[in-house]
Amino acid sequence: MPAQRFDSPDDAVADIRDGATILVGGFVSAGTPSNLIMALKRSGRRGLTAVANNIGLGDLLDELCEHRQLDRVIGTFAIRASGARTSRFETQYRAGEAALELVPQGTLIERLRAGGAGLGGVLTKTGLGTMMAEGKQVLELDGEQWLLERPLRGDAALLKAWRADTLGNLQYRLAGKNFNPVMATAADLVIVEVEEIVEAGGIPPEQVGTPAVYVDRIVQCEPMAVRWEG
Amino acid sequence: MVAEPPAGLSRELIAMRAARELEPGSVVNLGIGLPTLVAGFVEPSDGILFQAENGILGYAGVSESDFDSDLINAGGQPVDLVPGASFFDTAESFAMIRGGHIDAAVLGGLQVSARGDLANWYVPARGGGSVGGAMDLAVGARKLIVAMAHVTRDGEPRIVESCDYPLTAERCVDVIISDLAVIDVRVDGLVLRETAPGISAEQVAQWTAAPLLIPDVVPEMAL
Repeated sequence: MPAQRFDSPDDAVADIRDGATILVGGFVSAGTPSNLIMALKRSGRRGLTAVANNIGLGDLLDELCEHRQLDRVIGTFAIRASGARTSRFETQYRAGEAALELVPQGTLIERLRAGGAGLGGVLTKTGLGTMMAEGKQVLELDGEQWLLERPLRGDAALLKAWRADTLGNLQYRLAGKNFNPVMATAADLVIVEVEEIVEAGGIPPEQVGTPAVYVDRIVQCEPMAVRWEG
Repeated sequence: MVAEPPAGLSRELIAMRAARELEPGSVVNLGIGLPTLVAGFVEPSDGILFQAENGILGYAGVSESDFDSDLINAGGQPVDLVPGASFFDTAESFAMIRGGHIDAAVLGGLQVSARGDLANWYVPARGGGSVGGAMDLAVGARKLIVAMAHVTRDGEPRIVESCDYPLTAERCVDVIISDLAVIDVRVDGLVLRETAPGISAEQVAQWTAAPLLIPDVVPEMAL
């Protein structure tokens, strides 16, 4: 079924529910669905869990903390080593108003991949002997130890690609892929912000970064430039 | 009265020394902060390919040109590309990292232990932490170089018998490059390889809170 085309990011996210788990693509400024994030902010949905590489690094995800829409973040980078600048999320985390599950980046992507690929988990050496292993199963196979990490999925994914075609095939630009292609596989409802929508066939097949089968909704938006100033 | 640690290398000179540790033609990941500076100290003729875990193989250091939000390294900084660069998604990036395809990583450090444990993602006094790709790099890179100040701002040695900060990974560090010294982590312990200009082996030992093997001859770093 072709992806549904929406005229505004607000309409595209309108039926996300309170309490939903939302996968948010992007890495700092690259491939980040800023228009969809701001639409989710305007929707006023609350009690959300965001799964994202980072929050509060010049990204707009931190905007969801202005009115305390995020209960929880699952991510890799949320608290800065220096206290010179803090995000809204960090302030709320320290006040006990928002929870943080910190996950190593390579583990986060593989948990999402497992969630999207019908796998029951991932065995990795990352995190063995650290706080990340607390409460998790360690398996010994052929004399080697592995940490068992469980799959992760979202109720919805908010993603960014450069272009979509009318079927929902996605093409990425430069380092804009990052988490987007894997997150596209791992949510019940996949909503993608793009800079341009072309007819089917307008993206050369070998340049399709995410096949249309994963994509439910596309919306064309003027990209919002964000930047991490350190 | 607390003694002051001696003045050693600047951050730039630590990065320059770390760059010399990289093999020509190797694939290298640089951590956020001081390690990022290393890219500025390699020559194109070295043929080193820098990998950024957000999905670039072959970036050429921080770019002075116009900012493109889709062309950044893992520290969010704009970068240029070298001929032959490629882009990929995060799953592929960490397949490179965990799968043993990265020859060396240069990471920052908070503490390194006598047996090469690294702590670099969680400052207990601040809590919360930010791990990024550090744990995967510490486990997966074939050679791990830690570039850091030898001593904290409060005068506490960062090289310790055993880390009291939460670990990034156990037994992962191969070389420490600090403002005072180059130290190899070997099975028989920490071995002083070089001292910074004007720094004595005794001074390095004094500011190292773990046993340090000092060979008869310890050359000064050539910078």
